[in-house]
Amino acid sequence: MKLFIALCFSAFATAVPAQDLAPDALVKKISDEVIEIIKQDKDIRAGNQKKINELVDAKVLPHFNFGHMTALAVGRNWPKANAEQQKILTGEFRTLLVRTYSSALTTYKNQVIEFKPLRAAVGDADVTVRTQVRQPGTEPVSIDYGMEKTPGGWKVYDVVVGGVSLVTNYRETFNAEIRDGGVDGLIKSLAGKNRSLDTQASSKPK
Amino acid sequence: MLQRFFGMCLLTAVVGLGGCATTGGSPNDPLEGYNRAMFGFNDGLDRAVIKPLASGYKAVMPEFARIGVTNFFANLGDLWIGINNILQGKVGAGVSDFGRFALNTTAGVLGLFDVASNAGLEKHNEDFGQTLGRWGVGSGAYLVLPILGPSSVRDGLSLLAVDWHGDPLWYVGNVPARNELMGVRLLDNRASRLDLSRLAEEAALDHYAYVRDAFLQRRRSLIYDGDAPPEPDPDKTSEAGASKDSRARVETGSPPAELVTQWGEPVITAGGEERARAKEMSAAAARPVGATPEPARASAAVYEPKIPSNYDALLAVSGEARAVLARTSPRP
Repeated sequence: MKLFIALCFSAFATAVPAQDLAPDALVKKISDEVIEIIKQDKDIRAGNQKKINELVDAKVLPHFNFGHMTALAVGRNWPKANAEQQKILTGEFRTLLVRTYSSALTTYKNQVIEFKPLRAAVGDADVTVRTQVRQPGTEPVSIDYGMEKTPGGWKVYDVVVGGVSLVTNYRETFNAEIRDGGVDGLIKSLAGKNRSLDTQASSKPK
Repeated sequence: MLQRFFGMCLLTAVVGLGGCATTGGSPNDPLEGYNRAMFGFNDGLDRAVIKPLASGYKAVMPEFARIGVTNFFANLGDLWIGINNILQGKVGAGVSDFGRFALNTTAGVLGLFDVASNAGLEKHNEDFGQTLGRWGVGSGAYLVLPILGPSSVRDGLSLLAVDWHGDPLWYVGNVPARNELMGVRLLDNRASRLDLSRLAEEAALDHYAYVRDAFLQRRRSLIYDGDAPPEPDPDKTSEAGASKDSRARVETGSPPAELVTQWGEPVITAGGEERARAKEMSAAAARPVGATPEPARASAAVYEPKIPSNYDALLAVSGEARAVLARTSPRP
């Protein structure tokens, strides 16, 4: 009994740090915080890239495992890359994903996120958190998060929007790049893509 | 008649091009050579005509008016969606679609307002290609249609041979008015996807492959109504492999007692459905589809549709429905 009270108390006292949150509770907490900020910040809704980046860096990215994401996107060729190449690939892929998808935040318009009951056994270290985004006029869009348990809390390694994985959708392309130009060829293509997006962004009158 | 002609052309094109298909690409895309050319053509047309028009439309129309237009066409689509839900054995969903149509056409002022969604009747996404997929028909090769864009042999033929029968706009007697309505629908559709298409262009290393793979994943998900079983993954890395396995266990293997919410409670209320689904899925997994399910799974790279238990009844119903459609559709 004493132990129980002590446990309750300690859980309460630490106000549940992110490491201890259940995966679906973590996704809900992050979504709520991010939506609250977008709602209050006119600059972000108007597409202020600097502010969007700050928000994403602070609130979203710490909960992603980009190493796992990149491994999943590269698939069977991942072991062919040496440690150095894996690091570079992860960096470039991260840049590409963050740049392209963080701009989607500006399109937020009062959609409602619903969480489906988590289907997982106690002790699972890998779960899918399933959500539905509702908006009037169109059918709801599902967004599912593949999450794994790490010592630093639950981390997202896959995002599936309407059945389309933003990660594995790259696999055929990555396979083809590696087939044609090896791992270095893929690195070159990714870096080139990121550079071209850079120049596009800077040439745009803002 | 035009559609039939279109369909025949398509079939001829597919069969003819099968011979000169490129090799070494994606297993789902034997027609890659033709597809890339048609994708390029569509993209050029989009850039030159459709996208500028859609951007202009979006700029000119106030948002509430645009939503009204979208709702109007979406409402007309609900009837055919309902029929397809019923053909797939999802009678409840089909009835809900008809309910949506009734409610939105009356209380929603001819469909301009989507009051049904607010009343809890969810909008669905169905078409005859999905119905065929649900019945166990494979998708065939990925196929880019002229103007209409990404499709597959199965979905393309469904669209041109069957779906247009379920499109109320085809029954508008006045041809100029009909064409105008279809033009507005196309424009409205494109306008609503402007953000999405920009995103895909920015995100993709290879725009063609990115759109193709997203389309294939999306169709597979739609056939299972968003609840597709994890795909057999030939590309497992050791890390990803382990995680996939454990996910498969969560999806299919767990007995109902293990279905818990994040608070550790067994799922009861909304989970009545959750439980039933999980059972249905594990039952489907247990049912042998072919003589040797495992190798069959690995080779069926695109879809592994679930064959409903009332398959024969469904076939009979669909035959009847098609006969009815054939009788009621006007002979040009």
